[in-house]
Order: sequence, then C-alpha cells, then structure tokens
Amino acid sequence: MNKIFEVPLYAYERSPDQDTATPVRHKVIVIGAGPIGLATAIDLAQQGVEVVVLDDNDKVSFGSRAICFSQRTLDIADRLGAGRQMLDKGVLWNVGKVYFDKREVYEFNLQPDEGYANPAFINLQQYYFEKAFVDRVRELQAEGASIEIRGRNKVEAIGTHDDHVKLEVETPEGPYNIEADWLIACDGANSPTRRMLGLDFEGRVFEDNFLIADVVMEADFPSERWFWFDPPFNRGQSALLHKQPDNVWRIDLQLGWDIDKEREQQPENVIPRLKAMLGDDVKFELEWVSIYTFQCRRMERFRYGRVLFAGDSAHQVSPFGARGANSGLQDADNLCWKLKMVIDGKSPELLLDSYNRERVQAADENIRMSTRSTDFITPKSDMSRLLRDAVLDLSEQYEFARPLVNSGRLSTPCTYVGSSLSSADALNGPDITQPGSACPDAPLGNDFLLPKLAGKFTLLTIDADAPEQIEEDGVEATRLALSVKDDPTLELKRRYLGNATSAVYLIRPDQHVAARRDSFEDNAFRQAIRRAIGKE
Amino acid sequence: MADLILTPNIENADDFYAGLLAAHDGLEKADSDALNARLVLVLANHIGDSNVLAQALDAAVLKDT
Ligand SMILES: Cc1cc2nc3c(=O)[nH]c(=O)nc-3n(C[C@H](O)[C@H](O)[C@H](O)COP(=O)(O)OP(=O)(O)OC[C@H]3O[C@@H](n4cnc5c(N)ncnc54)[C@H](O)[C@@H]3O)c2cc1C
Repeated sequence: MNKIFEVPLYAYERSPDQDTATPVRHKVIVIGAGPIGLATAIDLAQQGVEVVVLDDNDKVSFGSRAICFSQRTLDIADRLGAGRQMLDKGVLWNVGKVYFDKREVYEFNLQPDEGYANPAFINLQQYYFEKAFVDRVRELQAEGASIEIRGRNKVEAIGTHDDHVKLEVETPEGPYNIEADWLIACDGANSPTRRMLGLDFEGRVFEDNFLIADVVMEADFPSERWFWFDPPFNRGQSALLHKQPDNVWRIDLQLGWDIDKEREQQPENVIPRLKAMLGDDVKFELEWVSIYTFQCRRMERFRYGRVLFAGDSAHQVSPFGARGANSGLQDADNLCWKLKMVIDGKSPELLLDSYNRERVQAADENIRMSTRSTDFITPKSDMSRLLRDAVLDLSEQYEFARPLVNSGRLSTPCTYVGSSLSSADALNGPDITQPGSACPDAPLGNDFLLPKLAGKFTLLTIDADAPEQIEEDGVEATRLALSVKDDPTLELKRRYLGNATSAVYLIRPDQHVAARRDSFEDNAFRQAIRRAIGKE
Repeated sequence: MADLILTPNIENADDFYAGLLAAHDGLEKADSDALNARLVLVLANHIGDSNVLAQALDAAVLKDT
C-alpha cells in the first residue's frame, strides 16, 4: 500500500493563467502548501478572500517531521474546519516520563485540569495534519470558495512593487508569470523567497546531530512521552520515544557533532541503534529516517511591504517543545484577519506591522524556550553538563528539582504583552486572560466557549450588560452574553473573572483579548476597537 | 525547627537556570568551580538557619542512591 505522502494530492494541472498574454493578478498568493501555507489559505478563503497556493511539490510532507500538535493549534484548526479530523486521527497523551542513566527519575502529567474542548496535545504525523487541511481546501472549493492549490508550480523569481508582487513560476509545461496584491511566503526554513529578496535569517546552530526515525511496530509501550538523558543504549547522549497513530513510533537519538551523516542514515547502522534501545526481540520496520542539525533563528522582520513571511520561512526552532508548526499556525491565525481588514479598507496597512511585532515577540519567546531546552538536553560545556546532571540526580528524590529538568517546554500560545492593539487592563482579573492573551477555552454546559468566539470581534460579557452589537469605524463587535451560572464547573469564572464579579471582554477575530473591564463603557470599548484595528 | 524546602520554590525556574549557565559561560573549569563555591556560600549566608543548612547538606549528599 502506498503511504499518503507518496501519492500526489494536488497534482499539476494547467491553469488558464498560463495562457494569458498579460499576467493575471490575484488578491493573495501563498507560496508553499506546508501546514502554514495551507492554514493561511483556508483562513483567507473562509473570509472570502481569493487565494492561490503555489507549491513546487504535489504531495504532503515526506515522512512525518512534526508529530506533536498543541491545544492552541487544535483550537485554530477547529476555526479552520479541520480540527475534528486531526483529533479523531491523533493519539492522545499527557504523561511524560524522564529517565536518567538506567533509572526513571520522575513522571509528569501535562494537563490534569479539565474544561477544554481540546486536549493539551495530540500526536499526529505531519502528513496527516496537512492532509486534513488539503481535505478542507477541497471542501471549501466544493462550496464555491476561491481557493486553489497548484502543484508543481515552483516560484523562480519575485519582483516587488509598491502595490503588488510579480512572480515567475516554473511548471512541468514551462514558465508563466502571475501577480498578486499580497504575497505570503510560507516556503519553509530554506525559503527561496527570503533568498530571492536577499533577506537575512540570523541565529544559532546547535553543534549536534539527531537521528530521527519513525518505526512501525506492534509494541505495548503506552502512549506516553519517554525521554532519556544519558541512557545505557546511547551513552552520553539523549533519546526520545513517542507514539503516533497507525503503530508508528517516533524515535530521536542524539548522535553528537562529529559523525558521518550519510553513513549514520543507512539502515544497517540505524537498525542496531534501535535494537539497542527497543530490545532484540521487538519487531519493527523503518518508515522514515533522517538526520538533523537544529537551529534557532529568525528574520529581522516578518513583513517587507507587500510580502509577509509566516511559519518556518520567518523563524526556525529546534523541535524540543514542538514550537515549529505550532507557532506557525499562530502566525497564520494572527495574520489573516488583519490582512482581510486591510484588503477591505477597514484598517490602514499599518495594522500589518502589528503582525510583525506580535509574531516577532512570539518567535523570540519560542527561540528562547527551545534554546534553553536544547542547552539542557545537549550541554555544551562541562559545567553545563555537571549542573544538568545534578538537577537530574536531585529530581529523583526531590520534587523541587523537577521544574528545572528541561526536556522541552511544550508549546503554549504567546501572550502579546504590551501590544499596540491592546488596551490597558481595566479588570482585576486573572493573568491568563489579560489583554494580549489567547482566550483559554471554558465549558458551557454541553458546549464550549471558543467556537463562539471564532472569526469576528466579540464583546464577551459575563454577568454584565452591553448592547447586542456596537459598530465603530465599519467594524462590528457582536455580544456574547454569558453568566458564571452557564458553567457549573466554575472554570469560566476562574479563567475570566478571578476576583471580579463581572467582566466585559473585547476579543479579536483570532481569539486574543484586546481589552477588558468590569462593565461596559461605550467610549472605552469604541476606543479599544479602534486600537485593535490599528487606528489609534 | 525550620524545615528545608524541597518542593518547587524558585520563581521563574527556567530564567534562574539560564542565568546560572550564563554566569558560567566561557569560564575555565577552575573559575567555574570557584564560582559555584562562592555561590554556595552566598546562598548559605542568606539561609542562615543552621538546622536548614544541615538538612541541605544531607539532601545534597543523596544518601539513598
Ligand atoms: C524532526 C522534526 C520534528 C518536528 N517536530 C515538530 C513537532 O512535534 N511539532 C511542531 O509543531 N513542529 C515540529 N517540527 C517543525 C515543523 O515540521 C515545521 O515547523 C513545519 O513544517 C513548518 O511548516 P511550513 O509550512 O512553514 O514549512 P514547510 O512545511 O517546510 O513547507 C514549505 C513548503 O514550501 C514549498 N516550497 C518551497 N520552495 C518553494 C518554491 N520555490 N515554490 C513553491 N513552493 C515552494 C515546499 O514544497 C513545502 O511544501 C519538526 C521538524 C522536524 C524537522
């Protein structure tokens, strides 16, 4: 049977654009049909923006690459109409075990608290993740949305202008030219767009190599994340075992810096390493093997006029913490509503600079977190190793040392503290919902909060009065009236009120908090809307 | 008698750990060792309580493994 990453999902087809005398102008062109390009295109199409995705390939990600997808990613995917398929296919897990040498030093549980529609994490092969988005694109097309994926369309040259972008695209039937009002480069860590525009990508390379293998095996390991520091089967290095759907297991083995990559990738060298880890009697098959050197770096800016960068093209992190695709999804989430506002003439182009600021802030946070994890996992000095081993030794007996063990701080959404789109906090409420935060979910009887906040400005009132709708500068905010009584578990109160007895929140289309106070005040909320759309 | 705290108590533990590594960055082994020794003494002085210090010494010895 063919694997889904071996079958063309968006095979090349000739486009009428290839037969016109003058280049056809599109609203938005997205380069790259990876997870971020697909999410971006779906988000725009759902808002009625015409979009074309160009990809030099015609299949989903080869091999699985990303496997851990976060709650925030699933929340966003729900808004994009693809979350259900991911969740249904994904493996649920929340227990992690940490081993040091031969001993299990401790165990953690990611999300003991309840009251979210989505789990803290699922494991899912990147190719399934992308497949769910491709299926969603097909669904939108069937509904008549203007969204198109052009396989084997390789962007070869880019010309930037004040109000549009020109592309030269290579296809199996020769090149053609095409134009767009806006270009979104989701063309991955080696971004040809970045290169063609001569833009920087600065950061740090970690001098180490990791063997990443996906193996198919019938094994009765539980669906937990097992992480080893300095295990007997990989002395002086680290290892990871994590379950994916279809009996596929992800194995990471740190190999060190001075290795022969070609040699280490050969099955005759990979298999003995895996046997040493799994035991001689476990039967397995290799699905995908690759060797990576990890880097943490980002572009100086994510917007250059009419060209916007999102996902790995804009920032790259080491995978400890699963902050790659997960943060890229948040880029798409942040960018698309803003672009729609600008395209509709409701916001000045300046609003797009807030995309740059907010997502650079997020990228820096992700880089910081994954750099620290990488430093802990692969100590680069004797003292760093000594301290690391001391933490691990202590962690077995003493709870206090466990928060210091860093085998990856798993992706959480960035809170845009100090964002120019947020209004000053005017509620004595919980930190997790301060302006700039991604709204946490909350149960509402048989329902959940987040689906009610999707894709538009919302005035969330909790035991407070407000008009059903306010309109400011052409932008509407619709009220969602709730009471703490709607949630007998009291999570809504815990997450949105804290010590306050009532609250009014202005929530952006990407479900981030723009403003909050204890009661509705017309002027304050009108001003908050203007700020949130880049007009103050 | 005060008890040694052995449950998580460091504010922003990751920031602290990153700061600790940064303090050692680029030091020769002898200088790194000396830094650790000074740090132990500074922290011990801050704790002050001799019972707590005695328990800390015991804890660091990791008797049971
Ligand atoms: C081993 C490993 C494990 C990982 N684990 C995780 C994880 O658990 N969780 C997580 O969130 N992330 C993880 N990541 C990171 C994740 O894989 C990436 O962040 C993610 O793929 C980025 O998506 P993207 O859409 O930005 O880019 P990509 O997936 O790289 O897609 C770029 C697309 O652009 C296309 N393209 C490139 N050049 C052109 C051109 N000239 N013209 C047209 N199209 C072009 C390519 O064909 C490709 O389809 C992991 C990565 C690795 C390597």
